[in-house]
Amino acid sequence: MTPLTVPPPRPKAPKSVAHEASLVAPNPPAPSMPEPAVQLKEFNAWYGDFQALHNIQLVLPEKRITAFIGPSGCGKSTLLRWINRMNDAIPGARATGTLEIHGKNILGSSTDVVALRRQVGIVFQKPNPFPKSIYDNVAFGVRLHMKTTRAELDEVVAWSLKKAGLWEEVKDRLNQSALGLSGGQQQRLCIARAIAIGPEVLLMDEPCSALDPRSTAAIEELMFELRESYTIAIVTHNMQQASRVSDYTAYMYLGNLVEFGATANVFENPQCQETEDYITGRFG
Amino acid sequence: MKKLVKPALLSDPELMRARQRPLEHRHRKDRFFKRLCQGVSSISALVLVVLLVAILLQGIRTLNTQFLGGVADPDPTIAGLFPALMGSVWLLVITMVVALPLGVSAAIILEEFQPRRPVLRRVHDFIQLNITNLSGVPSVVFGILGLTVFVSMFGLFGNEQNPSYEVGATYVDQFYNEGDFIIEVPIADSQQEEVVPKEGLAAFTHDGEPILVHLLGDDEDWPEDLALAKRSLRSWDLPGRIKERDWWYFRLPFGRGILTGALTLMLVILPIIIISSQEALRAVPSSLRQASLGLGATPWQTVRYVTLPAAFPGILTGAIIAMSRAIGEAAPLLMIAGIVFITNAPGNLMDDFTAMPLQIYNWAGRPQKEFHDLAASGIIVLLSALLTFNAVAVILRQKLQKPLS
Repeated sequence: MTPLTVPPPRPKAPKSVAHEASLVAPNPPAPSMPEPAVQLKEFNAWYGDFQALHNIQLVLPEKRITAFIGPSGCGKSTLLRWINRMNDAIPGARATGTLEIHGKNILGSSTDVVALRRQVGIVFQKPNPFPKSIYDNVAFGVRLHMKTTRAELDEVVAWSLKKAGLWEEVKDRLNQSALGLSGGQQQRLCIARAIAIGPEVLLMDEPCSALDPRSTAAIEELMFELRESYTIAIVTHNMQQASRVSDYTAYMYLGNLVEFGATANVFENPQCQETEDYITGRFG
Repeated sequence: MKKLVKPALLSDPELMRARQRPLEHRHRKDRFFKRLCQGVSSISALVLVVLLVAILLQGIRTLNTQFLGGVADPDPTIAGLFPALMGSVWLLVITMVVALPLGVSAAIILEEFQPRRPVLRRVHDFIQLNITNLSGVPSVVFGILGLTVFVSMFGLFGNEQNPSYEVGATYVDQFYNEGDFIIEVPIADSQQEEVVPKEGLAAFTHDGEPILVHLLGDDEDWPEDLALAKRSLRSWDLPGRIKERDWWYFRLPFGRGILTGALTLMLVILPIIIISSQEALRAVPSSLRQASLGLGATPWQTVRYVTLPAAFPGILTGAIIAMSRAIGEAAPLLMIAGIVFITNAPGNLMDDFTAMPLQIYNWAGRPQKEFHDLAASGIIVLLSALLTFNAVAVILRQKLQKPLS
């Protein structure tokens, strides 16, 4: 039997300390809410006959991180996937009400989902890099939308990877397969891929649930960096994560938006008993 | 981290506009390729429709109960498909009974019990490669194989006329006497010498009534008495030897019987069944296998209770596709059965046979137009069977396919 070895204590990133301080009250109960990036009014969604979302009224403030929490099946992911119409691919999925991005309703059939998805990027639960090189993974989206010179493309790829905090780790092996990266690196690559086409909103569907704590920390740190430039919506099952990274929190249950507010308020002084039960782990 | 400067491509509106692939253009391409695919796929559908309509128009008039119940005949107005239809049914049943267990077992061995030792691995890979290759071999080649392996069995057991082993056959020497009565004398086996008529020989009438032969003198008059006439023979009467086969008649070598045809078809579809079963097994998520193994199941228990049930719809679909292949094969059967004039449905495994594709081929090759119509009617029957199989495959797949994870 091999003796158990205790791993050396991991040096705590100085940054995260700073974060923690600011995280407790990221935006002291915002007196004036930032501009709404995404706004839902009387939003209902169905899968066939099953109503997945009931009359949602919600605003995702611009350049803030909004976390969606709630038990499995409460409609968080459904809501997220409606924001860039990924649900179009699911037969029987439909929605009513309005879902505005910068004041423009995107639910109608006249919406160009190709253009919409450039504006609203998405990162999935499981890292899903293409079986291509790291470079080509990041360049993929750019090439879809633009005809660039090689130098311009190089610049965007480098910028995206730097922005995603992956550059230092991969700059010497951009031409190697992305599948050789670790799970956490792959997920950051997916984020780099998403931001390389210059979206305004970034949707993250449980981006850390398949990752180890260290990779999770890296992604959370990254989200903090991205917060300056993007409106981020994140679905998470991890209460600590929601309280750590988000500015606003939405608690959902059975397709209803139960509570929404500044994260500090929701976590410290929830208005609904249900929310408190869920957050404190008595339920869910 | 130093402040990152956003690249011009993502921040300079003018450059962005210049580099943009226009959405309008991209959507136009999108629509174009969608239409192209629709067009091309409808061409194939159209060809099928044209084919079906043409065949229907030509063959529907002669498609009636007379056709389905009749037997091969030089007169096209009374010729029918019955022996071929029954031949195909026999072939299909025997083929599937033999091919399914063999094919699925082979797939299970190849997929679920992969060896770990390098030498065995290489053997495994070699077999796998061979099966893949076999699936591409033209079926007429399997016909030749069937000819040497099943028909003559390398000559190890004599030949078809003189098999060294047979069960379920009874031989009689049959006499026609002067009164047009048939007298049958049972004999032990095909090797026995011809029966010579003599007084008191135990025999049967054609109706199975036991009699004792009465030997008439050479210049004796033919008896008036009917009962006596029934059992009278002259000393110079010569018998003809007749072989009567029970339904369980069996011989070695197999000869050109329906069993040989079915086994040859089995060779044709075995690679198809193995490969489709392997694919069905491979599609079962390995997490299910691990769950079972993790509970302490043996590999066989895992296959029996987890993998095989999960793969069952896929295996079934593959088997039905293989059946449709088997029912339409003509080439290998041509090598085995040839164009024989068959007027009855097979009665035992060794019986001569014909099958629908053979009969259609036969009719289509004749000069008279009436026979071409019959061929078209035969094709309608064959296609109906094929389409039924395919429909069943589709329905089963939809009914049985459950999400696996």
